[in-house]
Amino acid sequence: MTTTPLPAPPTGVPLHPGSATVEFRSLRRAFGTTTALDGLDLTVHPGELLALLGPSGCGKTTALRILAGFESHDSGEVLVDGEDVTKIPAHKRDAGMVFQSYSLFPHLTAAENVAFGLKMRGSSKADRRKRAMELLELVGLPQRAEHYPHQMSGGQQQRIALARALALQPRVLLLDEPLSALDAKVRLNLREEIRRLQQDLGITTLFVTHDQEEALSMADRVAVLRAGRLEQCATPSELYARPTTAFVAEFVGTMSRIPATRSGDGVEVLGRRHAVDGVVPADGELEVLVRPENVGLTAAAAGSAVVVGASFLGAVTRLTVRLPEGTEVKVDLATEQAALLPVGGNAELTLPDRPVLVDRRTNSGQ
Amino acid sequence: MAQLISRLRLWRGFVLLLAGIYFAVPLGASVLFSVDNPMTKTWSLRAYTQLLGAPGFTDSLRLSLELAVVTVAILLLLLVPAMVATRLGAPKLRPVLELICSIPLVVPVVALTTGIIGVLRWGPDYLSNTPLFQTILAIQNPTFPVVLVIAYVLMALPFAYRSIDAGLGAVDVKTLVEAARSCGASFPRAVFSVVVPNLRTALLNASALTVALVLGEYTTASILGFTPFTVWIAANGKNDGQMSVAVSILSLMIVWIVLLLISAAGRERGRKSAAS
Repeated sequence: MTTTPLPAPPTGVPLHPGSATVEFRSLRRAFGTTTALDGLDLTVHPGELLALLGPSGCGKTTALRILAGFESHDSGEVLVDGEDVTKIPAHKRDAGMVFQSYSLFPHLTAAENVAFGLKMRGSSKADRRKRAMELLELVGLPQRAEHYPHQMSGGQQQRIALARALALQPRVLLLDEPLSALDAKVRLNLREEIRRLQQDLGITTLFVTHDQEEALSMADRVAVLRAGRLEQCATPSELYARPTTAFVAEFVGTMSRIPATRSGDGVEVLGRRHAVDGVVPADGELEVLVRPENVGLTAAAAGSAVVVGASFLGAVTRLTVRLPEGTEVKVDLATEQAALLPVGGNAELTLPDRPVLVDRRTNSGQ
Repeated sequence: MAQLISRLRLWRGFVLLLAGIYFAVPLGASVLFSVDNPMTKTWSLRAYTQLLGAPGFTDSLRLSLELAVVTVAILLLLLVPAMVATRLGAPKLRPVLELICSIPLVVPVVALTTGIIGVLRWGPDYLSNTPLFQTILAIQNPTFPVVLVIAYVLMALPFAYRSIDAGLGAVDVKTLVEAARSCGASFPRAVFSVVVPNLRTALLNASALTVALVLGEYTTASILGFTPFTVWIAANGKNDGQMSVAVSILSLMIVWIVLLLISAAGRERGRKSAAS
């Protein structure tokens, strides 16, 4: 993580907030018969941006809301710098939050919104104004100070919300899918903006998202949650390259499943023996999981695979290849290389000489 | 498309004209009748001057305005926290609250008043040896009959509820309160600083409807024997045809002026907050 020192603000109060360590310990929360968190254990290091990633209902927002103080927990602990905060009311938790829906106060201007927390804290009007302008400068919107939320775009509103969340110099910044309501281009710009600010300020940040691309591109580490439990927490590159479970492998990026058979301590796939990354399930039929960019494909008139589809993705084209027994495999090739493999043509499929992730065969057979 | 819009505009103008005639003709005729002097074939404000100079005019009007202010205050203090709390903490209770607030719509005013009379009669007998005895007497004080406020709060509940409910539906109360709390505001302060200002229009509408109801209510006040403005004008307009029409016109004008003042106050405040 890189940290660039910020210029000293005119108020004399540094923009740098304190960075805290956040720990979830055996955190449980159930809503009726639905278990949202089933013993979550996770540590967020000071100054780190950690993305909580997972499908709907995996408990990521519940964990964030428990940390913010908006949701109660059934058991476990939430520690901020070693102190259990679960008994502290939300307004005293020292955590700034940006919400999924536009949460600016409609009756206040951008500057008043940013200064709201300072007003609650009893700062003088002049100090509030100065501080609000500093933060608006920080998010690149000083010219919008006197605008009301309805006079601003969604992206601008979220930037103001970010400035408002930072105004009180919180120890932890909580981002609850702040980009999901924005259109693609704005989302891309804003995620770079958020990352830059987070790195500049060095603030411990929890970022909830269901968008894997967002999580991988922004976070120092990504925690993948499933059914209220932590599946894997790792850096984006490790998570992508070395997923520890089939769920993580398939949730982060694209995976194809190819039938395999046991062969000693490895597996046999497409007539070749491969070492296994992890453990081989003791029973049941097996499949290996491979990423589209790790599969080799060459045009071959006698090849057993048939190209059945092609999606142009720019520099890369994603081909769908059908194996003789009906399995479909995704293959990413450079576009000029993919041009040599027309839909309907035969080809030869190869797997890389590296350990593969193995899982029990799913019903879909894909 | 342009032709359709032009036809719609024409139709809208026609409907507005019809509605205008429907309201303006009887009002205009009433005003003319109240100022016409058939003996001298001239206009005269005699009916109005007699009315304004009649004993009890100021007292009854002041009582009605006081009743309206207190009713609005109690109604909003009861409803706003209850409705915000149900939205935030117990959304499943919303239909229950709506049902409770709608009950006065199906209870005739006479039945409600009869019930109040029953309680007021029963109270002194059974509460004579308790501190509540004095309370029963105090709420019937003719200078400011609190019992009327209680009745008016009940009567205005359905209108105020719907108005505030529409206002709450237009803002994301939960997120606003949570955002305020994450900025360091306690729960009551979050509601007061963030939710209430965004309900301004709804609160003004609820207030206007309540004021209109209180200033126009006759049955309960009359049966219970109090003299707010409506009861006073009914009593003073009985003996003179012109004066009774003048009373109606004056009553309408006063209600309109009060409602316009409430509306103007809301707009002025909105402008001030926009400018600050």
